[in-house]
Amino acid sequence: MGRQLDDSRPIFLQIAEQVENDIIDGVLKEDEQIPSTNEFAAFYRINPATALKGVNRLVDDGIVAKRRGIGMFVTAGARARLIERRRAEFAAEYLRPLIVEAEKLGIDIDELAGLLRAERIQS
Amino acid sequence: MTGTVVRASGLTKRYGNFTAVDGVDFTLEQDRIYGLLGRNGAGKTTVMQLLTGQLFPNAGTLEVFGREPAEHADVLRRMCFIAESQRYPEDFTSAHVFTAAPWFFEHWDAAFAERLVADFRLPTKRRIKKLSRGQLSAVGVIVGLASRAPLTFFDEPYLGLDAVARHIFYDRLLEDYAEHPRTIVLSTHLIDEVANLLEHVILIDRGRIMLDRDADEVRGSATTVAGPRAAVESFVADRAVIGREGLGGLASVTIDGRLDQRDRLQAAELGLELAPVSLQQLIVHMTGTDLGADTAEEVAA
Repeated sequence: MGRQLDDSRPIFLQIAEQVENDIIDGVLKEDEQIPSTNEFAAFYRINPATALKGVNRLVDDGIVAKRRGIGMFVTAGARARLIERRRAEFAAEYLRPLIVEAEKLGIDIDELAGLLRAERIQS
Repeated sequence: MTGTVVRASGLTKRYGNFTAVDGVDFTLEQDRIYGLLGRNGAGKTTVMQLLTGQLFPNAGTLEVFGREPAEHADVLRRMCFIAESQRYPEDFTSAHVFTAAPWFFEHWDAAFAERLVADFRLPTKRRIKKLSRGQLSAVGVIVGLASRAPLTFFDEPYLGLDAVARHIFYDRLLEDYAEHPRTIVLSTHLIDEVANLLEHVILIDRGRIMLDRDADEVRGSATTVAGPRAAVESFVADRAVIGREGLGGLASVTIDGRLDQRDRLQAAELGLELAPVSLQQLIVHMTGTDLGADTAEEVAA
């Protein structure tokens, strides 16, 4: 699985993000059940209260919803909403650091655009 | 159901001139896993001995399950304290220990204890004094887990336990805690290993509480900033510094307080590197001798 938690951010956020990634990647489909808090706790070796906090964040964001007595399920339209949110964050999270580093190295915007295209062709 | 299991206020324990526990205030809430962390001689064991009625405080008030622990059998029965070096009667085998355990712990689960014996490959017929250090620790860990006491203390429970055995302990602890929630206090030096198991962290140094926070709040709450000295200094100017190192024109400064997206961008523009600080590193910074008493005040502020 290769899923590592890191020390830079609260674990509950990382749990929520990994579920979000699974939804965006299509590993978890809409209407599908997500693992229980105790399953998250056992898998990541984390405190169940921390796992619960991560799941509750997804509930607050409307990404998953509780079905009484059964568990948590991915809501309809969750994937589209997540992608919309990630797009809004894309500039700040990825582009700004990229531009800062490019400026440091004397790469101007046109050259950067060229590099992006070249990288895309390679991959 | 939630509630407060332990309420300590101004709790103090002195040995002659030495103050082992110096007027500490804290509470333990029901069904949480706590890390009681700190250096050797910080006062961790003394705190746990006070809570379990093995010592009397010199000052302050202490309530465990709503009353003073010492000499109250109904309170003591609900606690299990696994000491670093538990002594057992001469000629006892671990089988004797597990047979006697239900006399003291009403929630004792013999089947669970048996499973743990198999997990830890513990020879139950061998006399305890002939066991290896790790096997002796396993006896304590098994008693601590299978007793399912509403308030369980593990004081450095795994001296001599190998990495595999320690992970068995963590896994079984989490599994069993999920099914039978209870209040657990883990005191250990292996902070990196247990950091993710903890819901709340209490850091004690020289008998005083330095940090009393939710573990997830602690995570990412400190950052090490490294780069050219002038740039680092300007970045950390109005922040709480808890550690400082330098080499020539380079500086590496650890600050307390979460960084937002703007801070990160500013750091990148200044050419600074940001590195997360693990709980263990944070504790080294806070209880090390490099900054001394000023650090404690900055962090508490």
